[in-house]
Amino acid sequence: MSITDIQDEIIEEFSMFDDWEERYQYMIDLGKDLPLIDDQYKTDSNIIKGCQSKVWVHAELKDDKVCFTADSDAIITKGIIAILIRVFSNQKPRDIIEADTDFIEKIGLKEHLSPTRANGLVSMIKQLKMYAIAYQTQLK
Amino acid sequence: MFNVEDIRKDFPILSRKVNGKPLVYFDNAATSQTPQQVIDVIVDYYSNYNANIHRGVHSLSQEATDKYEQARHTIQKHFNAKFAHEIIFTSGTTHSINLVANGFSSILKKDDEIIVSALEHHSNIVPWQMLCERTRAVLKVIPMNQEGELSMNDYDQLLSKKTKLVFVNHVSNALGTINPIEYIIEKAHQVGAAVLIDGAQSCPHIKPDVQDLDVDFYVASAHKMCGPTGVGMLYGKESWLKKLPPYQGGGEMIAEVTFEKTTYADLPHKFEAGTPNICGGIAFGAAINYMNAIGFDNISSYEHELLEYATKKLLEIEGLKIYGISKHKTSVISFNLEGIHPYDVGTILDKMGIAVRTGHHCAQPIMNYFKIPGTVRASFSFYNTLEEIDALANAVKKAKLMLS
Repeated sequence: MSITDIQDEIIEEFSMFDDWEERYQYMIDLGKDLPLIDDQYKTDSNIIKGCQSKVWVHAELKDDKVCFTADSDAIITKGIIAILIRVFSNQKPRDIIEADTDFIEKIGLKEHLSPTRANGLVSMIKQLKMYAIAYQTQLK
Repeated sequence: MFNVEDIRKDFPILSRKVNGKPLVYFDNAATSQTPQQVIDVIVDYYSNYNANIHRGVHSLSQEATDKYEQARHTIQKHFNAKFAHEIIFTSGTTHSINLVANGFSSILKKDDEIIVSALEHHSNIVPWQMLCERTRAVLKVIPMNQEGELSMNDYDQLLSKKTKLVFVNHVSNALGTINPIEYIIEKAHQVGAAVLIDGAQSCPHIKPDVQDLDVDFYVASAHKMCGPTGVGMLYGKESWLKKLPPYQGGGEMIAEVTFEKTTYADLPHKFEAGTPNICGGIAFGAAINYMNAIGFDNISSYEHELLEYATKKLLEIEGLKIYGISKHKTSVISFNLEGIHPYDVGTILDKMGIAVRTGHHCAQPIMNYFKIPGTVRASFSFYNTLEEIDALANAVKKAKLMLS
């Protein structure tokens, strides 16, 4: 599935929720279901600098696609990671680089984009795209 | 008579909604809210007498200068400083601390010792580390115990003839512990060391008497005591302020300038280079007047009631742990739910209209001590209510349910 298709799918899932509680409960559940990152990748160098919760991201190239695994010590952040991984993992570097992230606003998580949120959503997206850029260069 | 419902009417922001819910503001230790009386002073300043001070001969400038200097007197009276020129306007506590730290860089010598406490805010650690790097003085730390109290036995051991400075906060921002500063000051003076007390977290709750304390420096921020951000004060004993060199060069702080030599202005202007936050200073004075009209005795007894009630209500929640359980505390509760990240709790509380602080509260050494990433901190002010504490307790229960 293309990144846009996955994003549309997520927007549709979130549109079924009536209020913030259901939305957050869903994210928390996604966070709980997030496949565990291999412990060897939970290193300081894989930490995305955010003020409040720790986020680790690991990337590797499989065939011509980038695969991401990630983790956090906060469950809501893990839920957000789960969404991002669903969107960006297993995609071609160029598609990741070119993807826009408007869907975050559309699923009612706009507040997490604010710099004060410090859960690293903005830096997470940036980091994923950085990996994609790095692999894109490698593929050339 | 202290009536919280009447007091709340002074604070326009308390009637707004957040995420569709009535705002419950429990982040008072980060910044306090501003009463209409102070807002009016700010509006009045820009509407009627905005001008640069201390220089103009015109009426507006004189009016602004008078009001600004009146505010200095209000602050002097509030802290019971001996002279008005012992009150230096700064941009806030951090600025005040840096001003003193910078001044001491010309006084300290290699192997001199500075003592700080384990309960300090980063702003009270970093300037001293920088000072120690510059002067090769040594930084010593008073350890704390599980209750979040400083160990005075260890403090006694740390003191020696080498000790030149002691820096402790009056109240810990992360835990709310009220430190025994009377003892700390007395002991430091016995070995000839100067003492700076960080009053950022105490001044919203306690009215310190700097002469009675015999403290050498005391610092505070307006925005934690119903005033605006970007303004604060440094109290220094006259003898110390005369001894310290100026911090910044610029207008206001000079007596005479030639390219060969500049002589500095007298206190307090020696430390007030450039155009200050005039409106902020005047509003700081108004905020102090506002709090004194309510009365610090009323404030502290009511806040103590809030603290006791909140402690009881929160401890009823299974798996909730409070950090900092000293008997001497201001109205601050730092807590965690077992197995749940404080950031998650804070996010859910925000969704329910409750503003708390989460994280390490710029006091990472304390978090390291307890081996936690941070806490949820609810800090209460005299305009909060018991009903709001009920709302907090219910929201925490809900967060626990959602996050477990």
